Amino acid sequence: MSDADSVTTPPSPPPAKPPWHDLARGRVARPGEWLVEKGIFAVSLTAIVMILLIFVFVGREALPILLGQADSAAARVQRILPPEDVDRMTPSELRAALGLSRRKFAARSLEEQKAALKEIYAVRAEADRNGAEAIPDKDSEVNTVGWRYLILPHQWTGYSRPEFIWQPVSQIQKFNVVPLLVGSLKVTLVAVLFALPLALGAALYVSQFASRRLRAWIKPAIEMLAGVPSVVLGFFALFVLAAALESVFAFQSRLNAFVAGIALGVAIIPVIFALAEEALSAVPRGYVEGALAVGASRWQAAWGVALPAAWPGVFAAVVLGFGRALGETMIVLMASGNAAILSWSLFDSSRTVTATIAAELGEVVFGGHHYRVLFLLGTLVLAVSFVANLVADGVMNRLRRRLASSS
Amino acid sequence: MATTDLTNPSAVARRSPSGDADSPNAPLIEIEGLSLYYGPSAALRNITLSIPERLVTAFIGPSGCGKSTLLRCLNRLNDAVENVRIEGTVRIGGCDIYSPGVDVTELRKRVGMVFQKANPFPKSIYENIAYGLRVRGLRDRKLMDGIVERSLRSAALWDEVKDRLHASALGLSGGQQQRLCIARAIATRPEILLMDEPASALDPVATSKIEDLILALKQEFTIVIVTHNMQQAARISDYTAFLNQGELIEFNTTSRLFTNPAKQETEDYVTGRFG
Amino acid sequence: MSRVGPTLTALATGLILAMLALILGHVTVHGWSVVTWGFLSGGAEEGLFTVGRSGIFPMLFGTAARVILMTLLVIPAGVITAVYLNEYAPASGRLTRWVRGAVNHLAGVPSIVFGLFGLGFFIGFVGAGLDDWLRPGAVQPYWAGEGLLWASATLAVMTLPVVVVATEEALRAVPAGLREASLALGATRLQTIIRIVLPHSLSGILTGSILAIGRAAGEVVPLLFTGAALYVSRLPGSLNDKFMDLAYHVWVLCTQSPDIDQTKPLLYGTVLVLLGLTLSLNLVAVVIRARISRNPQATP
Repeated sequence: MSDADSVTTPPSPPPAKPPWHDLARGRVARPGEWLVEKGIFAVSLTAIVMILLIFVFVGREALPILLGQADSAAARVQRILPPEDVDRMTPSELRAALGLSRRKFAARSLEEQKAALKEIYAVRAEADRNGAEAIPDKDSEVNTVGWRYLILPHQWTGYSRPEFIWQPVSQIQKFNVVPLLVGSLKVTLVAVLFALPLALGAALYVSQFASRRLRAWIKPAIEMLAGVPSVVLGFFALFVLAAALESVFAFQSRLNAFVAGIALGVAIIPVIFALAEEALSAVPRGYVEGALAVGASRWQAAWGVALPAAWPGVFAAVVLGFGRALGETMIVLMASGNAAILSWSLFDSSRTVTATIAAELGEVVFGGHHYRVLFLLGTLVLAVSFVANLVADGVMNRLRRRLASSS
Repeated sequence: MATTDLTNPSAVARRSPSGDADSPNAPLIEIEGLSLYYGPSAALRNITLSIPERLVTAFIGPSGCGKSTLLRCLNRLNDAVENVRIEGTVRIGGCDIYSPGVDVTELRKRVGMVFQKANPFPKSIYENIAYGLRVRGLRDRKLMDGIVERSLRSAALWDEVKDRLHASALGLSGGQQQRLCIARAIATRPEILLMDEPASALDPVATSKIEDLILALKQEFTIVIVTHNMQQAARISDYTAFLNQGELIEFNTTSRLFTNPAKQETEDYVTGRFG
Repeated sequence: MSRVGPTLTALATGLILAMLALILGHVTVHGWSVVTWGFLSGGAEEGLFTVGRSGIFPMLFGTAARVILMTLLVIPAGVITAVYLNEYAPASGRLTRWVRGAVNHLAGVPSIVFGLFGLGFFIGFVGAGLDDWLRPGAVQPYWAGEGLLWASATLAVMTLPVVVVATEEALRAVPAGLREASLALGATRLQTIIRIVLPHSLSGILTGSILAIGRAAGEVVPLLFTGAALYVSRLPGSLNDKFMDLAYHVWVLCTQSPDIDQTKPLLYGTVLVLLGLTLSLNLVAVVIRARISRNPQATP
């Protein structure tokens, strides 16, 4: 700060301005700011990092099964090693053989753990000698987490023919995922078939017929429907919808794929509506006005001109709605009845992939086969919704560009 | 330190005002071979001209000729626009402002700008003026009050707003808002003032106030103004550059360019035959 | 068809709105008399399922705690991401497309996957890592267990896109002239963002936060494996405590009740509170957004 009293002094020879060459200050003139901006950049990668982490950490737990490395038979038909082999084990092998978590394993010394394992083997060898021919069940030699048993039907002991069985809580855990896939498919199909006509109709109405004022009310109202928590929709399906539909259709089981599908449909209506409405509104006014000018009715213009122009958007809406319905958990958990039986009937109690994960993950052994199969199902749900998203996104982007360039 | 200037009210150089266009001042801004491309298409082609110190230089030309783009090259405001490529050099006071080591922020502190559409911040009148000082780290309240008052006086706005300095700037009329933007730009004592059609959105009364202001300000600042209004250019500028389709057609003292243009194209434009 | 068609579409619209009204109406009618001060302030001292005695205060507390914690995590990350996308990133750059794509995909990841992710990543990896590092040798897991922090972190990842999208929308609504004016006055980019752009988009950021809170408050699935509990006797006091939760409690009342018909009033009361909470949050967001789009210059 130079002399403050120069305010009062009359104009004197002006103090020299800094030369313009002072502008050149080097690349990083403000290191603090530079650092903050690098920080902003780093934080902005959060979304990418999280997506990758989701794939890695959900997929990681399922990997042994995906690669066919897990063997449930091996776990039951235990190998018994002589004590000297136990002494030679590395800590990680030892931990795996004991089936302990890292935490529990660390709680005692290595020597203690080895002693424990030797004792287990000794007891087991004793048991084998006593009851070698007690249960001659051929099922116990089956690796039930092998791909073949996850997907194809198998004739288990006591069954008259090969069947698809999901029965993770039993002596022999059976992990056939087909009943769950069929369950998911049924519920999702009902949901999309229920939601599509309603959502598409509303999208047509809002984008083509409704006045601006009405539109300004309806759109937020349908958004509000998206704000209804899925546990509330599940509750509603469970207590109101199920009873109402039962009295109309007289089902065998009160909770079934149909009830869950309808409730799920309510949940995805806002999703389909939003995308379809965006696509229909993006159709240039000129298209519709052109049709009206040559004497088409407003309906003909909407149905014959606007809808075909927005068709990819409707497709994207359906794909996205399908993805959402497949991934929805709470509604199906509460309203579908949850019987893991292979059935194509819409009115049978059904269990979906997501409901299975939600219902069973709480009770499984951390890192066990059941745990891994559930993560495998999770990976499947993730992959399907990822692809659905990708497709819907790609289609919508192409449509936006096309409509924007033709308007 | 650049900050010392603005705390010192007498920092403004007061050489004898030289409105006489026939004895040109030393060139302050030298543009040499400047071309600017938006993607593949050229918006400016090979422009060379020198802008003298402490005079008013006008850029005229039909809309879309590149005059605003050229203006924005002088404080590197085009940097923020995507896909822009610039060739050639712009030197201010001998310093190439496009050389890699140049601190753009420092440059803009010394090259103020007023925009076509008045764009006061949605803050109070006082805070609008104080903004440029605050981002420079000025804290002293009394000093700030003084600068705000002086800037508003310079912009001939003080008497109209002195009672409502802390009211929102958005409540001012269009002409007042534009004068506020001028006050805001000169509050930080830049040496060069760029004006991008500052009166185009204003009524005749407000426009003439702005024009008077520009004539008064040229005592202190080197002013470069873009205008589509040829009468305005003739009234206020000492030098005029005529641009068309991204090329500099003619650059001369305003009186010569308007009365005795060297090129047919210029004559056609200034006599209103196109544009 | 030219008459019937529009009528049918209007009918479809009406039907959708009727569903919303039906759900709201049904829950309000049956739950209204249950929601008393005693219900809101009462706890589970006399069990979860005693009609007239059991209240939902611990659940409200748990929900509030997890939502506030989530907000603290997601708002900075979401706003900064949006600032980067809108203020720094080149619009057509590859990385920009990737970030945008990731945000988009994050919005499409099913909530059950977030639950698995929370369990596998936050608890099984981060929590276990923290335990190994901070408390080596301890037998009881401290961080490697379900708790408030991990539930909130999982929800924060889930709601990140909501905040990013709403903030970006608000940033885009800031007139370019204001940014240029600030830059031309010699403000740096960062100063422009902090002093002009962010204050101007405050209401948009607020909208995003409210939408995120509304979404998270009603979500149950990610909590199943990361922190919510059917019953805990104390309010959560630290970051790794398990907690009771309002939305989770709806599920508990639906499925764990010893006598579902008898405990129905509790259920309706809880659903009404949950629905009221989430829908009013949504409503506020809608109103703010409508005001922004009507008057982009209006700012605090």
